[in-house]
This record gives sequence, structure tokens and C-alpha cells, in this order.
Amino acid sequence: MQFLKLIVRNALRHKLRTGLTVVGIVVAILAFGLLQTVVDAWYAGAEHAAPNRLVTRNAVSLVFPMPLHYRDKIRAVEGVRRVAPFNWFGGYYQEPKNFFAQFAIDPLPFLAMYPEYRVPDDELRAFLRDRKGAVIGRKLAQRYGFKIGDTIPLQGTIYPGTWTFTVRAIYDGADAKVDASQLLFHWDYLNETMKQRSPRRGDQVGVFMVQIDDPHRSAEIGQAIDRLFKNSLAETLTETEKAFQLGFVAMTETIVVAIRIVSFVVIFIILAVMANTMAMTARERLGEYATLKAVGFGPGYVAALIFGESVAIAAAGAAIGIALTFPVAAWFAVQMGKFFPVFDVSGETVALQAGCALVVGLVAAVLPGRRAARVKIVEGLRAIG
Amino acid sequence: MKSIPLAYSARNLWTRRLTTVLTAGGMALVVFVFAAVLMLDAGLHSALVASGQYDNVVVTRRSAGNEVQSTVDRTQAAIVESQPEIAIGAGGVRMVSKETVVLIAQPKRGTGVPTNITVRGVGEVGLALRPQVKITAGRMFRPGSTEIVVGRSIAERFAGTGIGESLRFGGRVWTVVGTFDAGGAAFDSEIWGDGEQMMQSFRRQAFSSVIARLVDASRFDDFKRRLESDPRFTVDVKRERVFYEEQSEMMSNFISYLGLTLSVIFSIGAMIGAMITMYAAVANRTAEIGSLRALGFRRGAILAAFLAEALFLALLGWAAGLALASLMQFVHISTMNWQSFSELAFSFVLTPKIVWQTFAFAVAMGFAGGVLPALRAARLKIVDALRAA
Repeated sequence: MQFLKLIVRNALRHKLRTGLTVVGIVVAILAFGLLQTVVDAWYAGAEHAAPNRLVTRNAVSLVFPMPLHYRDKIRAVEGVRRVAPFNWFGGYYQEPKNFFAQFAIDPLPFLAMYPEYRVPDDELRAFLRDRKGAVIGRKLAQRYGFKIGDTIPLQGTIYPGTWTFTVRAIYDGADAKVDASQLLFHWDYLNETMKQRSPRRGDQVGVFMVQIDDPHRSAEIGQAIDRLFKNSLAETLTETEKAFQLGFVAMTETIVVAIRIVSFVVIFIILAVMANTMAMTARERLGEYATLKAVGFGPGYVAALIFGESVAIAAAGAAIGIALTFPVAAWFAVQMGKFFPVFDVSGETVALQAGCALVVGLVAAVLPGRRAARVKIVEGLRAIG
Repeated sequence: MKSIPLAYSARNLWTRRLTTVLTAGGMALVVFVFAAVLMLDAGLHSALVASGQYDNVVVTRRSAGNEVQSTVDRTQAAIVESQPEIAIGAGGVRMVSKETVVLIAQPKRGTGVPTNITVRGVGEVGLALRPQVKITAGRMFRPGSTEIVVGRSIAERFAGTGIGESLRFGGRVWTVVGTFDAGGAAFDSEIWGDGEQMMQSFRRQAFSSVIARLVDASRFDDFKRRLESDPRFTVDVKRERVFYEEQSEMMSNFISYLGLTLSVIFSIGAMIGAMITMYAAVANRTAEIGSLRALGFRRGAILAAFLAEALFLALLGWAAGLALASLMQFVHISTMNWQSFSELAFSFVLTPKIVWQTFAFAVAMGFAGGVLPALRAARLKIVDALRAA
């Protein structure tokens, strides 16, 4: 008890210095938490991928389509439950900066495969009845103020022209990890329109979403699908949804690595600040430590005092920093919803924040602690600030 | 007014070495992050600006955004070719290249991760339109053959791209016969082959884009107006340089927004570090300050001496941070450009402007960290300060 009291009193002796150090740690821990969350957001797509879903795409690259008749062949593969064509539409709303993901889907198999997209029954029926209807995510609806019955004109980049959709349903994600900022519309509408506008581009599918019965057989079924189209004009590559999503992350891996590195740089910056605070504190109190030793306290006790003070300051900063991470992340999610549809602080991030703060607190006290423990009583008593 | 010699401030830093190193070290890291971000953005710009020639124009389908999504059919391409503004090269050839641009996924050397690379089928004058592109090893592909040449950074990073090796895509085997260097331009991350052959193998009936050289760059506006108002087609006509700048807009914005936000947040940490150090310096030297005042130095001189000390700290941090950042010039970055969905390689480029920007940034950090403690030092009353000892 005496020991703890001493630590708290020591920490509060230089209120300004301790306060500044705590603010520094708060800023660093907050920045670190946000950067980790940005990295998590990068992986969010892969995070909610289900093991029983496969993605079949053209082996050359994603920009090449596959013919529609592949659907029936894939469905005939043993172990396949559902197949849904899926095209990236890539349009924009009014201006290129108003970008959000749009997909052409086959509603019934697609929504059956993705139970995490929750659509109310009556709205779903309205969507199924309207060829030009669309289902949009709750976050997207909030961002632009779209309501059911609104018309959304999209300017196509891959599919030229202006396309208009009527909002018929709004979906919610089953949890916060589901991207609720997409627009989904009828694949048939896209296909029929393309057939009229440029017949060569009709019946072309971007990727097939494939649902299988047994997740353990995904590799085997994937190979069986790819074998079907070997040596055809459009050879396929089938992988699990997770591998498919991670493929996107891998392409921008450099950026993820850079953000990771930078998030640790801020910890080093604050380590320097904290170590400096502790070094100054210990230097000023060398005389007191010598006195403590002279009255019989051991070097371990003196070192523990310094470590305790350092960890206490770091812990105070970390607690405030972690507490602030949640509201700041929520604000950030609203501002940057366009880039990061899923932006959620994970338990792991909080643990990392706490861990880093503890390490900073301990490392910062190493040199001053050692010096205070080793100082000879005579030298210490002679020392001046 | 007499001022306190600068040596006083400098020697104070030397006396308290550990504190100086830690404080300047924190600042150095912030300067490093700030410089690295600016260098990355500069590298991205130089890669894309080097790609575009000022007197070249790019014709793509309206609102396609990039070449991969665009289609320009043969009739439309022929109309573009017949415009009066098009330059005529050696042998009476019109300086127009009708190009087919597709993406293929190829495994990276070492990791084997498939990554999108741009394959460009160029016309006869494709090379002549881009004077920055030089064949550095092997030779150019022969027109009408299944030979290809690869950009420098593709040859470094992708499997099967050495001279004499072959790649399989579009249902054919393509032999690599040469490597080219585009001086850091986006073409360094591309594979080039014969345009007509590419169309055949990817079963295309339309080109992706048409690149043309103008007789006179100032006639661009006429050219653009005539083509864009022509009812026979819907196209976007852009100067090549503008086209490539737009290709990198999203990436460049991302780098600068994220980077600047981080630099500002991190600099708060470093400024606090400087402030703690300087407050401690003032507190420890209260008696000294009193003596200086008693000797006749004015408040202004004290203020200047402590500010100078903080600025010295910042300069140390600046020098160390910039030295560290300049090493980054040896690092090459390759990542996917979201707008073109393909691989783009670029490096960190240190420009004189960045040296000055980081200098100003460091000085601002030092000033912000040092001004409050220096004010406190200057405001001390002589008697109180002398008594503090």
C-alpha cells in the first residue's frame, strides 16, 4: 500500500510533465488503434467469407467474362448446391467520386447463399417483381438518403450508358462485419439490356458464386469445376471465397504492410518521449533514491518505484486512449464509409493497444531504473539535478 | 540588446545527451514518416507524368475511365486516324497507334501470388509515340508475330519473363524477345506485343484506345471538340499527360490524405516530447536564468536562447529523419492501382521541394514545442529565479 501511494505521489509531483506525457501516450495509442482498425478493414471482406462458398472466375483475369451456359455445367458437378452469376457493375452515382459497389445478381440463389444479407420478406417480394428494382444496404441508404421507391440513376463505366434502378428493398447485415453499402440488382436486367445495346456482350458472366454441400470438399469440387472447362476459350479458376477475397488484399499488400509499419513507428515515437520523461525524473531524484538506500531499502525496491511510476503513467494514457478509440473510430467510419464499408474496432486491437502501452512503460524505465538501482549512496547524495 | 551566444544553447543539449537523443529521435521518426509520404507521392507522380507526352492524345470510350474498360471499334479508330491534326511521321506513316489493353493475372517471382499486369497490343508506331521507352536488352517484337517485350519492373518481379522464356495467355504461347526501360513510367509495369495478334487471341473486335501524336499541341482543343461532338461515336479525348494523372488520382489522394493525417497526429507526440524536455530544461536552470538576467540579459534574449535550443533539437531530428528517409530511395514499391486495377511500380523520390517542406515542418514542430517553455523562462522574475537555487 505504501509502495503504491509512493508511486502515485511521485507521478503527480510534476503535474505538467506527467500530464503532457499522458497526452502523448493517448495520442499514440489512439493513432495505433485506428491504424490497426484500418488494416482490419482491409481484411473485412475475407473475414466474413463462408467456407462453403466458392468463386469461379476466368483464369486469365477478373476482367474477362465467362459464358452463361457454364452455370448449368457447374450446377451439375456433384456436391454443388447452388450457382449464381455475379457481375461487378462499376458505375457511379452523379459524379465519379460518389462511388459504391454495385453487383448484378440472380436474387433467389444469391440471397439463399448469403443469409447474412437480411431483407424483409415484403420488400424482397417487391424486389423480385420489379425487373429494374434494386436492393441497397442500410449504410448506403443512410449516406445518400435513399428511401424505398426512390430512383437511382447510375452512370456505367464498364456497361456504358445511364442505368436507372428503383429501390425496392433495404438490407441489413447480420453483424457489423457485413458490408451494408452495396447496391444489388437483377442480373437478368443487365443481361437483357446488354443484349439489346451490344449483342456481343450478352450472356457474359463476371464470376459464378458457387455454394457447396460440404465445406471439407471445397478443393476437390473446385478442381472438378476447373476440369470441365480445361482447354476451352474461357478456362476457369475456382477458389474459396476467402482465397478470392484475400487475392484482392494481396494485390494491395504493400499498402497494408506500410500501414502496419507506420502504426509501430508511432509506438517508437512515444517510447522515446516516455523514456525521456523517466530519464529526467530519475536524474532529478537521484539524491532521494540514495537516501532511500541509506535508510535500508534495497536496489530492487528503488528500481520497482521507477518501473511502477512508468507503467502507471503508460496505463493512464492507454486507458484514456483506448476509451477514445471507439468514438473516434465511429466518427471515422461515417467519414470514410466510401473507402472502408466495414470499420469496427476489434478486441484484438484493444489487446494490442494495452500490450504496446505496457511494453512502452516497461522499456522506458529500463535505463533510469538500472541507474537508480546501481547508484552508490555517496554519489547519489552528492548529485544535483 | 545583447543576445546570449548560440553556443550556450547548443552546449546545453550536449550536456544532457540522453534526453537530447530521445527527444530528437522522436522528432526524427516523425520527419521520416512525413518525408516518406511526400517521397512516395512524388514517385507516383513522376511515374505517371513520365508516361504521358504533352503532344499525344488518348481517345477512349466516354466515361470508361481507363483503357481496360474502354472500347473503340475499327470504324471509329479509322475516323480518329483521318483527322487533319494528326502528325505524319517518317515514310508518310500517320502517328496513330490503335491499342488493345487487357489485364492478365501472372504469378510474382518468389511468392507466386497472382497479380494483374497490363498487356498492351500496340500498333506499328507504338514505340515511336513514346520516346521515353527504350529497348535495353534483346530486340523489339516483330510485327505480326507472337513475340512480346516486357517492361523493366515486370522482368524483375514476375516469373517466366526473362528473354527467351515464354508466357501463356489468351490461349497462346508468347515468347519474350526483349526488355524495355521506360524511365520509371507506368509502361515499366506492362507487357507489349503486336496489337492485331492480341485482338485475335483475346477475341476482340474493337480496340481499347487510340493514341495519336498531334502536329501541334496547341491544336488539341479543335481536335477534341470535333471528335467529342461527332454523332458517330461517344469518346473522351484527353492529353496523354492528363489521362495518366487522372489514372493515379485516387492512389495519390489516398497516400497524401492518410500520410498527412498521420504526420500531423504523430507530430503532436513529438511536440509534446520537445515540450517536456524544454520545460525540464527551464526548471533545472532557473537559477542560471536568474544569473543571466542579473548580468543584464533581457527577457527577449532568454526567450531567444531557449527557443534556439528547441530549434536545435528540431534540426537534429530533421537531419536524422531526412537521412533515414533518403535511404528509402533504394526501395521500390509495387501495388495495385485501383483505378486501372493493374500492377503499378514506383519508387520513393526525394526532391528539393521535399527537403524544404520537411525542414519547415521540423522547425514548426520545434517552435511549437519550445515556445511555451521559453516564455516561462523569459517571464521568471530575477529575484525569484535566483532564490530557486
